[in-house]
Order: sequence, then structure tokens, then C-alpha cells
Amino acid sequence: MYPSRFQYEAPRSIEEAIALLHKGGGEAKVLAGGQSLVPMLKLRFASPEMLVDINNIPDLDYLRVDSDGTLRIGALCRHADLEKSMVLETHQPTMAAAAPLVSDPIVRNRGTLVGSLCHADPQGDWASVMVAVDGHIVAQGPKGRRSIPVSELMKGPFQTVLAYDELAIEAVVPAPKGVAAGGYLKLERRVGDFATVGVAVAIETTDGSVVRAGIGLTGVGGSTINAKDAASALVGAPLSAASIARAGELAAQAAQPRSDHRGGATYKRHIVSTFVARILNEVAESKGKAA
Amino acid sequence: MSSLYVEVSPEPASDVPVRRVTITVNGEPRTADVEPRLLLAHLLRSGFGLTGTHTGCDTTNCGVCTVLFDGTPIKSCTMLAVQADGHEVLTVEGLAGASELHPIQEAFKDEHGLQCGFCTPGMMLTAKAFLEDNPDPTEDEVRWALSGNMCRCTGYQNIVKSVLAAAEMLRAKAGN
Amino acid sequence: MGLDEIKIGGLGASRRRVEDNRFIRGKGNYIDDIVLPGMLHMEILRSPLAHARIKSIDATKAWAIPGVRLVLTGETMASRNLAWMPTLSYDTQAVLATDKVRFQGQEVACVVADDPYIAKDACEAIVVDYEPLPVIINPQQALAPNAPLIRDDKENQRDNVVFDWVVGDKDGTDKAFAKADVVSKLELHYPRSHPSPMETCGSIADFDRSTSKLTVYMTTQAPHIIRAAVALVAELPEHMIRIVSPDLGGGFGNKVPVYPGYVASILASILLERPVKWIEDKTGNLISTGFARDIYLRGEMALRKDGKILGVRMHTDSDHGAFFSDAQPSKFKIGLMHSAFACYDIPAAHLTARGVYTNKAPGGVAYRCSFRVTEAMFFQERMVQAAADDLGMDQAEFRRINFVRDDDFPHRTPFGFLTDSGQYGKCLDVGLEAIGYQDFLRQKADAAKKGRLLGIGISTMTEPLGAGNSREYDILGIKMFDSAELRVHLTGKAILRTGAKTQGQGHETTWAQIVAHELGIPADDVTVEEGDTDTAPFGMGTYASRSTPVAGAAVAMVSRKIRAKARKLAAHLLEVSEEDIEWELGRFYVRSSPDRGVTIQDCAMAAYTNVPDGLEPGLENNAYYDPPNLTWPFACYIATVEVDPETGVWDVLNMVAVDDCGVRINPMIVEGQIMGGLTEAYAMASMQFITFDSEGNCVGSNYMDYLLPTAWETPGFELHEVVTPCPHHPIGAKGVGECATVGGPAAFVNAVMDALKGTGVRNIDMPLLPDRVYEAITQRHDVSGAPPVKMDDT
Repeated sequence: MYPSRFQYEAPRSIEEAIALLHKGGGEAKVLAGGQSLVPMLKLRFASPEMLVDINNIPDLDYLRVDSDGTLRIGALCRHADLEKSMVLETHQPTMAAAAPLVSDPIVRNRGTLVGSLCHADPQGDWASVMVAVDGHIVAQGPKGRRSIPVSELMKGPFQTVLAYDELAIEAVVPAPKGVAAGGYLKLERRVGDFATVGVAVAIETTDGSVVRAGIGLTGVGGSTINAKDAASALVGAPLSAASIARAGELAAQAAQPRSDHRGGATYKRHIVSTFVARILNEVAESKGKAA
Repeated sequence: MSSLYVEVSPEPASDVPVRRVTITVNGEPRTADVEPRLLLAHLLRSGFGLTGTHTGCDTTNCGVCTVLFDGTPIKSCTMLAVQADGHEVLTVEGLAGASELHPIQEAFKDEHGLQCGFCTPGMMLTAKAFLEDNPDPTEDEVRWALSGNMCRCTGYQNIVKSVLAAAEMLRAKAGN
Repeated sequence: MGLDEIKIGGLGASRRRVEDNRFIRGKGNYIDDIVLPGMLHMEILRSPLAHARIKSIDATKAWAIPGVRLVLTGETMASRNLAWMPTLSYDTQAVLATDKVRFQGQEVACVVADDPYIAKDACEAIVVDYEPLPVIINPQQALAPNAPLIRDDKENQRDNVVFDWVVGDKDGTDKAFAKADVVSKLELHYPRSHPSPMETCGSIADFDRSTSKLTVYMTTQAPHIIRAAVALVAELPEHMIRIVSPDLGGGFGNKVPVYPGYVASILASILLERPVKWIEDKTGNLISTGFARDIYLRGEMALRKDGKILGVRMHTDSDHGAFFSDAQPSKFKIGLMHSAFACYDIPAAHLTARGVYTNKAPGGVAYRCSFRVTEAMFFQERMVQAAADDLGMDQAEFRRINFVRDDDFPHRTPFGFLTDSGQYGKCLDVGLEAIGYQDFLRQKADAAKKGRLLGIGISTMTEPLGAGNSREYDILGIKMFDSAELRVHLTGKAILRTGAKTQGQGHETTWAQIVAHELGIPADDVTVEEGDTDTAPFGMGTYASRSTPVAGAAVAMVSRKIRAKARKLAAHLLEVSEEDIEWELGRFYVRSSPDRGVTIQDCAMAAYTNVPDGLEPGLENNAYYDPPNLTWPFACYIATVEVDPETGVWDVLNMVAVDDCGVRINPMIVEGQIMGGLTEAYAMASMQFITFDSEGNCVGSNYMDYLLPTAWETPGFELHEVVTPCPHHPIGAKGVGECATVGGPAAFVNAVMDALKGTGVRNIDMPLLPDRVYEAITQRHDVSGAPPVKMDDT
């Protein structure tokens, strides 16, 4: 219940934050929403020497759509901002579906999407959603900025490819290539539970045909899983019972679940395919209705 | 505070770095020197003597430490006290006016929305922020809004009733 | 005309709670809110291993941290003869480990420091060298030949058996089975659970050398038992010990036993001569303090074709962890497990019970339960459903055939309890009507045609609440009576103290209502105080739904003593003889001239200002109440569910509760207790459990893994009542606090099993996690939840 001692810094600019991280030499952690980090400090699962609190850096709490349709989510944009935003509803239905399912309402007031990605918890919801929508993050370090696709961000449980002196500034989701549809389904036993299984599916259609698809899986592997083959199986044709079934099967194959007290591995695989199918069937059904 | 007498420790001052923070708590600016690792919940309780904010779990699940931070519910065991510097915090002690209870407090009592009382301050503060956003909620919306605050005694049904009753009182008040 | 009883907050008034006035303002006074001058803070270092020999403990670095005042280890405790303490079940428990650790989370060392952050830093700086030993996590392992001996500290302990216990009529039961047309069998594991109040345990020990007095503020549901235990353990004179139990943030049985943290904080305060506060963290609470259940039940039922139950056999293997530390009546080794089947008319029954030690946290009894009644009733109702299914009978009808009838009381249960009242059939009817039983059966059949799985589960039970009587019930030899002391002040206001201890049940409100009922003093004029052993009369505390049956009865009895004395004062004031006086609520009057009367307040004034010759001044008294029998509330819980065959996820459609707890003192509070209990029942059925991996690591050590439902998942409840007054309780009340937690789980599980009826699956162990339900549906076999939990890689 009581964190170890650390040095606390509250920079006022991105540059200052990066300089502090650099000085920290790998022993510094970035504090954004803190909803995963602070519990880890309290349980002493993490004992960094320095905390770089970025909450005082101005203008990082944005959620906006550029004129070309690109969605940008600043490092201090809270889950609750995403949940309440009408922008997601129209631009990124997969994200809109996930936003209310992240942790619990109080945690959502504080936690951030970018922080969640950088925390790299294989049970984190946002990472698989961002994989599905082909998002990337923009990281800034002493040598400048670079883009990292979310699908390449995680190295393993709680590990990312970010350098110790890089700060994730924002998450970016490219404009859909057609009409965006999709969803996020999470099997949890109660609000705030980690996902037993989470499935994010995003598809983009033009003239009824799927032009892009992404499927991300939560909680069924050592890190977030990008079910590429499953997504590819959907591209190039309208959704069909066969393509949906195929995608579900391939997604289940991509999953690498472990048996634990939340459920057996076989069961988790089954849920992956079931959820993929449920999301896609609902998309197909609503398109049918719209048409 | 009186300045007639301040006890000074004969031991040399600790070399642990502290930070001075000023937080507006229940409308009143409060200043303290804190170690960066001190949790906001502990500053409120041990530092400022506002023990209505409780601490329950270690993992940011239970919500008994919920306070309003610049008007928004947060779990105060999951924020460092230093992070609250320059911000406003409302605790249960600031919920009632000088002479009268807040309608949410009245409703919790009227509808038997509490038993042991340990989760109650957090529940009421979450409810306050929620009803400001959504003055006329459905039962499901209330249940959803409260799902970050756990109660072990009541089974929630009367808490939900309390919040709905408070909403009605607040609407009636706003109508006048 | 007497007073309007409801207006003065008497019996039956849904009086708003007195205690709420402070809780809603954040002015409760829980253990961690108490600050004493010069107070220090204690933290506990716990074992990371489930079974290991301690080779060495090096606390040098901990002592060197500025702000550290004391490090306690088993060695320090042993030097004071405090390394071990007696439990409430005639066993011993390590306070701080000396020889070896026997479960993950066991207390190994304590640090006292200026603040809890430093104490925690210092705990981390202690180096303990462990030599791991083989780990036992279930009875099967514990009873295996050549199993490692967990309690090698006990001189005569040669195996891991805690007890073997038998009750019932073996011959009669054997004969019943010989006559049976059908024998129905069931085996299941009731998983380990934890009461997990929102507030953890804690204490502040304050030893004052100048007076030799030890004051301990402590999260305890039974302060007087603790005082006795401290007197015996610490060898301090009992009058020099004061236990104060402040506001409790829930208890549910978790705060009955004596925990090592309490004892360590007491020794620390004695050594340092300063107040020492210990506040447990949530993980400490979940992995080391009294858990509940963790029992394996096996049973069979002898049935006649027409549905009559002829006999029952039961066997239990209970896992008590490393120490037998339950607080339970000393005569009954497996608690009141043998209260099973009390509501059914069964000629013969036989129960064998075996308890074992394992490398898990100690406990077993406490969790909103009268000593294993929860397991008894769960097993009973699961068996009843299985039997009805085996006979192809309607589950409601099967119950009705076997219920004890209204005119059969008093009734001797198959295991020898005496039940005294109830209207079981009526409760069932009210429940079936409320849930729309016949309609639902039709809906279920229709849904089945579309591949949807609907189910309905019933749980009916009567359970024994309110231990004692003192002939049969004692803890460590102390008889299970309770007490009340009432002092009426000169102006007719009063203070009432009892030996019980409220934890959310609302004693401050309801006890005053009993006084109002008996004396006509408005409830608002009565202060209720509990929890301070220096002022409260001796009592056994609040758990096992015993407060209203026992302490509540004492409140009525002491009020009657006061009324008897007030009658003498009234006679004096009215200048007539006592025989000429009549009583109506709040007032004595002259029988022949009803207008001539005096109020109870007039009598109180006279007790201090105008006392007749020969009468002792003052108006106060006490009562020690030893109940003639337990009280036997009845409940009927019915749940309907829909199971998603594709995922195993199930949702509650409706939940109806019919409770007959006799006369209700405060209906609002009774309903609050029932809804809280139903939620815990739902929690156990759906998500809440503690399990272990094969190395003895506790899975469920914090709220990320030990799941309590939120407002979102918790179903809505529809409550109904039937009132059959308790024939022996002074105001006709029966216990109720735990009924719903005891009877509720079977309703949910039976409903899911009913939905799965076509699969041939007899049992899925709680909690009914979606993957277990899915496994049952697809594999068509029973699903066990017994530890070790499967944690294999793919």
C-alpha cells in the first residue's frame, strides 16, 4: 500500500520531460494517468528511481480529427474523454465500442489511452483495438520523433520498443479507407476485471467490399496479438458467412492463450473465434439493414 | 493555527526531499510538505485529518477512497499527493453545507443506502459528479456509473434507489 | 390509549438509522481513523512460500533505516513465550514463524516505525533464508501415505488430520438405504471464499506503564472474547485490559478470530511504551485471515418412488489450512453441518466428517454463516434438486412432499436439532407465485425449441441461528449467552449497552426500538453503545446471526426488569398498590380509573427524586440471556437464469426471496440484510473464490483476482415476507443476517444446472465461471473446481 521512495519531476514541456528521462538513464518511469503504474508502485512490483509526471505539460489532452480524417489522441487524453466523444462513434466504431469497457468509470476518468499502450499489459484493451484500427504512436526522443505501429510496439509483457528516453506523445489512427465498422467484445466477470478474452475487429468497406481489416486480441498471449491472417481473410470481398467463419478460425489459431483461473486455453481460443464471428455478424447484419 | 508554540525535533531534519503542495480541499487552501511518494488519500487522512476518505484495496478496484478532483471522481489512493498541487479536491466532509445535508446524503439515509458506511463517502461523491452530468438517469445508468465503487454490505439495490431519489430531489430543487 | 408504537420508533418501524448521521458525513470512527499521541506504525513481513523451513532471518538492514523503532521476529516473540498462541478451537497458531512457514502469507516478522511507509521499507530490507518443503493444498494430498507432516510442531501429531467426527444414526440410515427405490448421489467442492469486508483488520495497542493498563482498539466482532484471549495469551490481568471495537467497515465473520498482527502490536506497545497501530493491507487480509468454506462434500439420498426421502448419508473433508483457528462451538467439530436437511421430514441421517491441515491460510468457518451452515444448506439444496431430477419429479413438488408440516412442530431433525416453528409450504408458494413458476416453465420449454437455455433454481431451507443455548454452545468453554444493560436517566432518557458489536447491522437503531417497544421510551431517547469492554456487559459478540436472537432478547428482558421496577414507582406515585396498576405502552394507570396514570418518564424522575421507603433508588439493570433454543428462520430463494450455450456466460433474469425471520424489528434493516446476503450468494455462485496453484501460491490475493461484484453485475432482487414468530424469543424474532448468503448460492447454481438438465451433467463447482459452464455443456461431464487451478501452458 506504500510506494518506495523515488525522485519526482513534473516537467512543463515535452523537451524537458525527455531530458529528464534521458538523465534517468533507464531508471525513470513516465507517469500519465497512473492507473496501472501507481498500483504497481503501491504493491512494489515497480520501484523506479524517478517518476516523470507529464500531467503538467500543456496541450497533450487533445482528441481531434485532422482534415484528412486522421484521428489524433494526445498523451493526456483520458479514457473518459474517449468514452464521451461523439467523434469515435462516427469515425472509429471499434474504438467507440471499447472505450466504455476499459477498467471502471472512476479509473477511466484518469487513465490514458497512450499510457495504456505504453504499459504493454497483454490484458490491456486499447492495444488490441489500436492494432485492429492500424494505429501507431508518435514517440519523441532526444533525436527527434518517430512513428511506431502499435502492432510493433510491444516486445512482450510490460515491455515496449520505446527507448528509455523516448516519450509517447500521441496515438494516431489513419482515416478509414472506406466506411468504418467493427466492435470490441470483452469477456470479463465483472466491471474492472481484466479480460479473460478481448477481441477487437475493425473493417473498412467500399461499395460493400472489405478494403481493410484488422483484428487484435487481448489477454490471449504474452502480448497483444495481431491476428493478421484472420484479418486478411476478410479483405477483397463483401463479408460472407464463409469469410466470417474463416476469420474466426484463423484468429483462434493466432491466439496463444494460457490456462489460468480465468479460463482454460481451449475455451479462450473458442471465445476468440466466437467473438470475431459475433462482431462481424453484427456488422453484416447492420449493413444489411442499412441497405 | 496558533503560532504560540511549535515543537521542533532535536534530531537533524531528514534528508528525504519533500515538496510543498497547496491543495484547495473543500474550498479551503491547505499547504503541506510531502514526500513525493505520499498518496493523496494518505495526505487527506493523516495530513489533513479528513478521515472520511477511506482506503480499502491496494489495486485501484474498490473505490472507497474516491474524491472529486477538480470536480471529477478519482481514486485518491492512485494519485500522488504532489500531483494534486494547485488543484481542487472535494471530500465527503465538504459535501454538506454548514447547516444542511446534501440531497445525496439525505437520500442515502432515507433509502438505507448504507450499512457499515465504509464505502459510502466514495459512493456519494461518485453519485454527485454523475448526477451533475446526468440529472435524470435510468436505473441502469446509475448502476453503470457506480460500477467503480464496491460495496460489500448492501447489495447495491438501495444505493441505486438512493441515487435515483437524490436525483429527484436535486431536480426538484433546480426547478424551484 | 397507549402511545403509537410506530411513531416512537418501536417494533415494526422502518426507523431511519442513527449511525448514518455520522457515516454520511464521513465522521465514522474506524480503526484507521484513530490517532493517538506518539503513535507508531507496524507492518508485517509475510512468507512468499507456502511451506518452508526458516534457515535464518537477518534484520540488520531494517534496523538501520532511520525511523525504525522495533523489529519483531519469531525469536523475539519466543523470548516472551508469545511465538505461538492458542486458537479458539483448542489448537495453536504461530504468531510469528520460528521453525517454518506453513502457508503463503504467514507472518514472519514485524517492523514498527514512525510511519507506515518506513515500516514497509524496512520489511523489504529483512532477508529471510527459506528452505522450501513439499506443499499440500488439498485433502487428497494431505491424507496421502507419506504426505509431509505440516504440524510437526505438535507433539502427538503423526498425520495431517485435524479431527474425525461422526453424528447421526448409522443403523437407521443403513436400513433406510436398504429400503430405497432410488439412491441419488452427489459430490462437490464448496470453494474457498473470503468474507473480505471493505475495511481490513487492524489494531492500535496502547500500553500505559504508569497504570499497567493495556488498551487495544481493534477491529473485532467479539471484544470480550478477545479480552479473555489476550488475558490468557499475554498473561495480563483481565481488568487491566480494555478492548475497544470502534466502527467496523464490515465484518462478515472475518473479524472474530485473534490474528497475529493484534498480538504483535500489543507486544510492540509493551516493549516501546507507545501506541502502535497496525493496519492490514488488502492482500494481507485475503491471504492470511479467516477464509471460509473449502470443503469437499459427498452424499447420497435414499428415495422412495413417490418422492419421499427415507435417509441421507453425508461425508465431508474440510480443508482448515495450517492451523485449526475457527471460532466455533467446541462440541461440534464441523460446526453445525448437521443442521442440513432440517426443513425436511427425514427419518434417518448419518454424517462423517474429517478435517485436515494443508499449507493454506487458516480459518474455515467464518463468512456470514453459523458455523458451516452455508455448506450444509448448499449441499442440502443441491442434493434435493439432484434427487428430484433423478426421480423425474418437479423440484417444487419434491420439496413440498418432504417439508416438515406446519402442525408438526416442534420437530426433531434427523441429526437431533429441535426446530420449533415455520410455514415452509406457504413460503414456497409465495416464492413460486412471485417468480411466475408455471409461466416460466412454459417460457423455458419454448426457448429450448430455439436452442436457448433457460433455467430455474429453488433453494428452501431453515437454519439454526442464535447460538447458544449454553448447555450445548460454548467457545473455549465460555457459554454462548449474551447481555444487555439499561440505565434510565432522571429525565426518562436512557443508555443501553450490550455485549454484541454492530458492523453495519444497525444495532444503534434497532436495540433502541426494542426498548421503545418494551418501555414506551421513544427510540430517539435511547443511546446504544457497544464494543468497549470497560463499559459493555460481557457478551460473545456479533456473528452467526446471533445478535437479535440472543443480545436482542437480553435487551427485551432488561427492559422488562426496568418496567417491573417502574411499576413499583408508579404505584408509589399513584398511591395505589402494585396489583391495581395496568400497563399500556409508555404509561401505568389505575385499573379502576384509567385517567389516573403516570408515564414511564414520571417513574424515571421518581427513581431519582421521590423513592418510597424500602426501594433502592435509581433505574437501571442488566440481563444475561441464555436462549432456550436456537431460532429457526426459513427462506425460499428462487432464481431464473439464461445460459449462453456458445460462451457459457449466464445471466440472472429474476431473483425472488421469501424470508420468514419471525417478527421484524426494523423491516428496512432486515431487507437491507437480505439484499446484501443475496449479493454475496450471487458473488460466490458467479465469480468470488480463492484458489491455489500446485506450489501453494494463493490465486485471489487482491481484488484484481478475488472478484466482488459491482452494482452493474449484481441482479435486482424482489423481496417477500412471511411471519412465523419465534415461540421462545421474547419479541418473536429470529436471526436473519446470514440467511440469504447461506440459502442463496444453491438457487443460482440450481438454476444453471436446471438450464443444463439435458446434458446429463450433475454438478459444476462454484463459481460457475463461463469456461466451466461451457465445458459442462460441450463435454457433458461434471466440472470440478478443486485446487490446484490449471495454470498450464498451451
